[in-house]
Amino acid sequence: MLSEQAEKNKKAKDNIEKKMRKAPRPEAQTSVFVIRKRTFTLAFLGLFVLFTVSALVTEYDVIGGFESLPKAVAWMAKQFIPDEKALSRLSSILSKLMETALVSVAVTVCAATCAFFFSLFGTKTTKTHPLLARTVRIVAAFFRNVPDVVWAMLLLFSFGQNILTGFFALFFATFGMMTRAFIETIDEVSASCVEALYATGATSLQTVFNGVIPSSLPEIVSWVLYMIETNIRSSTLIGMLTATGIGYLFDLYYKRMDYGSASLVVICIVILVIAIETISNKIRKVIM
Amino acid sequence: MIMPILEFRNVSKIYDNITKALTDISFSVDEGEFVSIIGPSGSGKSTILRCINRLVDVTQGSIFFDGHDISQADKKEIREVRKKIGMIFQHYNLVDRLSVIENVLHGRLGYKSSISGAIGYYTEEEKERAFEILAMLGLTEQAYKRCDELSGGQKQRVGIARSLMQEPRLLLCDEPIASLDPSSAKVIMDYLSDINRTMKITCIANLHQVDVAMAYAKRIIGITAGQIVYDGPPGDLSKSKIYEIYQSEEGELITDAK
Repeated sequence: MLSEQAEKNKKAKDNIEKKMRKAPRPEAQTSVFVIRKRTFTLAFLGLFVLFTVSALVTEYDVIGGFESLPKAVAWMAKQFIPDEKALSRLSSILSKLMETALVSVAVTVCAATCAFFFSLFGTKTTKTHPLLARTVRIVAAFFRNVPDVVWAMLLLFSFGQNILTGFFALFFATFGMMTRAFIETIDEVSASCVEALYATGATSLQTVFNGVIPSSLPEIVSWVLYMIETNIRSSTLIGMLTATGIGYLFDLYYKRMDYGSASLVVICIVILVIAIETISNKIRKVIM
Repeated sequence: MIMPILEFRNVSKIYDNITKALTDISFSVDEGEFVSIIGPSGSGKSTILRCINRLVDVTQGSIFFDGHDISQADKKEIREVRKKIGMIFQHYNLVDRLSVIENVLHGRLGYKSSISGAIGYYTEEEKERAFEILAMLGLTEQAYKRCDELSGGQKQRVGIARSLMQEPRLLLCDEPIASLDPSSAKVIMDYLSDINRTMKITCIANLHQVDVAMAYAKRIIGITAGQIVYDGPPGDLSKSKIYEIYQSEEGELITDAK
């Protein structure tokens, strides 16, 4: 009985060994590592060549660039210290900062609402006509790929230098970005439950409300929070073009060579952005 | 003579004009039967189930459900068919962030107008029925929990509850126990067999485990590369036939491991 078992084991072992011997030696396998090494080396060399060529073309002096770095830092350290004059302007800076932040929030929320409805036509989950879905994606790509600064400059012609220009510039860019993000989120998060809901005989509208929205809402809120952060930064830049908000104030002080006040503006923006990042991280933790 | 509840007539399915999933499939299922479809991965088991409730459109042939040809049904007719056919999935396919009871009530969506379903308006009777079904499946305590807090076996029971809310004539089970441990798998299979016997709901289950299929089903359909190679009671399914279904030789199946 025991010997029978042992014989069986031996047989199985032999079988395995036979199979292993028969297995083709993986020649291709070893060369994979060689190929990877070669790829890395080539990529590194390629980058180096690219850098050298572009430095030569643009006449960029690498050593000079690094040499001037400490000087630049020293200059900044001397000039960009908020002085007493700057502090006296704190209240007007804060009020402009508030305005900019609120506009960013308003833009993001409006754009997100529109983008969500729009993205429903672009996802696979709602089974809209493929042509419609494609059109939605193309329109979103168009809005997204025109930078917000370019939108601002284009809109300056029609609206002039006022807050509406900045609003729409940010709106278009955010709308395009979020439509794309929402389409992908919805497709990824709710594909499985959407299939089940359709299988029960639910209509598209029912599926959106009962399946798509509940399962993708946290991700969508997370995207909105991220876009609020991004938009506060972008709105500073756009404010310089449209002469509104905190961007305008920075531009003004900077051009007057009132570097102390300008630096206070920068510090305020940084604090605001960090504060908003912290808050939205907290919110994310709760909803996820 | 009993009219078959489901009949496939020369059904073929070709994905994207290239991939042949089903070739000339014909079979019929009588009311109250428990049929199990076995076959290797990619042989077309899931496609067969999804053709029945039209999650997948057939390329050729016709499928009769309850006497009506559903292979050419329009949107409205598809909805009518789907609400009479429950489906449970390998990965449960619940809305994880909603509560158990909400997921169960989703089974009623097919019976509602678009608007009242969208805003989640359910009648008192429907809610009572949902709790009855939950009690039957031993989920009363979980009713208000979120689905992502449940174990796999519990999730699958919620899936069954959702499909029972539809008051289905036919239950499609796509690998119902493939992601479950052996003991939860037995619980699920026992519930399915119970539902089949006491509620007279016809069941078609795709299964990977031949022994499970043999133990629970009264009829087995073996599929290989989109074609039926066996159709009969589990008793007649010989070892050599099993090897033919899985296109393998003796000693290569997990059931051969000793």
